[in-house]
Amino acid sequence: MSNKGVLITGGQSEMGPLAAAQMRLASFAPYRWFVAAIIWIADKLGLRGRSLVIAMPYLWLLVFFLLPFAIVFKLSFSEIAIAIPPYTPIVSWVDGIYLRLQLSFESYQLLFEDSLYIKAYLNSIKIATVSTLLTLLIGYPMAYGMVRAPKQWRTTLLMLVILPFWTSFLIRVYAWIGILKTKGLLNLLLMNLGIISEPLTILNTNVAVYIGIVYSYLPFMILPLYANLEKLDGSLLEAAADLGCGPFKAFWTITIPLSTAGIVAGCFLVFIPAVGEFVIPDLLGGSDTLMIGKTLWVEFFNNRDWPLASAVAVLLLLILIVPIVLFQKFQERANAQSA
Amino acid sequence: MHENKEFYPWLDAKQKPYIQIERVTKKFGDFVAIDNLSLDIYRNEFFALLGPSGCGKTTLLRMLAGFEKPTEGRILLDGEDVSSVPPHQRLVNMMFQSYALFPHMTVEKNIGFGLKQDKVPAAQIKKRVDDMLELVQLGQFARRKPHQLSGGQRQRVALARSLIKQPKLLLLDEPLGALDKKLREQTQFELMNLQEELGITFMIVTHDQEEAMTVSSRIGLMINGDLEQVATPSELYETPKSRFVAEFIGDVNLLEGRYDGSGEFGLTMVCKESDSAIQSTQRLDVAHGTTIWAAIRPEKLEISKQRPEGTPNVLKGKVWDIGYGGSFSTYHVHLPNGKAMTAVRANRERSLEKSITWEDDVYLSWAPKSAVILTD
Ligand SMILES: Nc1ncnc2c1ncn2[C@@H]1O[C@H](COP(=O)(O)OP(=O)(O)OP(=O)(O)O)[C@@H](O)[C@H]1O
Ligand SMILES: [Mg+2]
Repeated sequence: MSNKGVLITGGQSEMGPLAAAQMRLASFAPYRWFVAAIIWIADKLGLRGRSLVIAMPYLWLLVFFLLPFAIVFKLSFSEIAIAIPPYTPIVSWVDGIYLRLQLSFESYQLLFEDSLYIKAYLNSIKIATVSTLLTLLIGYPMAYGMVRAPKQWRTTLLMLVILPFWTSFLIRVYAWIGILKTKGLLNLLLMNLGIISEPLTILNTNVAVYIGIVYSYLPFMILPLYANLEKLDGSLLEAAADLGCGPFKAFWTITIPLSTAGIVAGCFLVFIPAVGEFVIPDLLGGSDTLMIGKTLWVEFFNNRDWPLASAVAVLLLLILIVPIVLFQKFQERANAQSA
Repeated sequence: MHENKEFYPWLDAKQKPYIQIERVTKKFGDFVAIDNLSLDIYRNEFFALLGPSGCGKTTLLRMLAGFEKPTEGRILLDGEDVSSVPPHQRLVNMMFQSYALFPHMTVEKNIGFGLKQDKVPAAQIKKRVDDMLELVQLGQFARRKPHQLSGGQRQRVALARSLIKQPKLLLLDEPLGALDKKLREQTQFELMNLQEELGITFMIVTHDQEEAMTVSSRIGLMINGDLEQVATPSELYETPKSRFVAEFIGDVNLLEGRYDGSGEFGLTMVCKESDSAIQSTQRLDVAHGTTIWAAIRPEKLEISKQRPEGTPNVLKGKVWDIGYGGSFSTYHVHLPNGKAMTAVRANRERSLEKSITWEDDVYLSWAPKSAVILTD
């Protein structure tokens, strides 16, 4: 801690904004306690210097993922009750002597008994899968085109891909309502062009949900693909051509296999959040658009059934862990290959 | 090493060149990489391109393979203009300076790639790949991926991949640079064998002059995007066209002087290193006083402690350093005005070594026919 003192007092004059922020943070008492606590705990565990740095991400996972998950997990074994908070405790004192553990599997039972939940899960997975494939189909040519564009344009194109992030996600999804509704921009345009005579019903259907997800998650597909394709050595395609391989075949035998890492990364970045997506189906989907994120919201806020909502979340996580583990395995293999 | 010593198609006016590069210029933006270059290469030639880094060797090969289009001029292959033929339709294979191996394919798959494109039956591909693996001595690495190989092994995979289709024209961009001496010599030998067996025309870029000298029928020496001289290895060594060529190929001693008439042998040159005029059997048609250079190879320079008789070309100097090279020794001699000269002498008798030593006053001499007089 002693060198922290030096950091605070020294070099006031030439301090950059980052250093100033750091100083302000360092003089913020809870932060200092937090750092001190972590360093103290790490010290007790025999972690110093390098191992402390390595431990940081795990610590992050512990504090911001595992702990909340443990709370949700615990909640899912409670029973709904009219109380604040609205569930029964699973551990309680009996007569002030015995500790009683009361686990209820009712919520899980309900998940499997009422076909609504299974349908919602399956439908979410279906919608996420289809949207991921659509995003890949649209994103790959875009990323490829960006990589092939003249060098001086690439930064601009990259900026254009990221640009939508500068507006709130919610507002952008809202904007789609204006485009897709019966008297919306799209219908007006198509009718004025004479392509259709009756307005199409797109809003509040699954089609609108697909459009919304593909639109919202496209950058997450393009960015990893772009990063991957940009590294592709152009001389490999020349070598392929030299050996008699036409451009189309070279794309399938060289470019696609060498960009699998980017394809896989992009697909997971789209698929995983899309499965649990709530805002898009809620705003663009219809009453029959069944998605697990929406179901969860309804259970939690409308029905105030916290244990059931927690059980839905736990099961969702279990479903998502499978692709995440697959992703991990794939990354390991890719790393081993490029090492 | 060439078996066919009488192979001089470029001297035969009836021979049709296989590759004709006609006044080709290649610009990258404003930068001129190839500058109005013309060259004819004949069937079955083993043509070596030499030249300093960045002189345009790779660019020239890339134009032949079809990866770059000439800005001006044209390239004919077997009499046909190939400017509009895309690389995958040219019957030309190239080995890339960077190897460009497919990282996701095994050594086997890499080598067999070209045959697979031609829809050769799998069994036949397997056999030819095995032959190639044997040729480049990589049999036990067939199932490895390129990243699991050493630099030299990767180079051999790239070589095998470009050889397997037995193209009519094979372009090799520094194919043997990463190999050790023994393997390099073996591979050179194999390449020459292949060329004789299969009648492949080779164009090879190399930084190793010795390699260029051993393997090639002709050498093209490039500088700044153009060919300075195209000649057989011995012509290039014995009769360089300019100081650049003389200095690039092997070691050379250059004396600068002025033309001073034809004299007793052919021409005389006055230079400040020598009291008497330097004599050469060469004849020149230049004005009196023109600046010319005498280029003398170190092995043509005699070194002795007594003033030699029978040659008018004698310089006095002091031994500054001696490099022992096994079968020969290199003597670095400083002339009175500080100019450094190099003489090489075979170590035939052991006692000779002792006869000339550091700080000795010595005479350097050469016969009038041994020096090449250069005007450029
Ligand atoms: N795509 C390109 N754009 C701009 N300049 C280029 C390009 N390719 C090559 N050059 C330039 O052209 C010149 C010739 O390049 P080239 O690769 O042919 O040299 P080289 O003779 O093969 O050199 P080395 O022996 O180092 O391989 C170099 O100055 C290089 O910088
Ligand atoms: Mg090169």
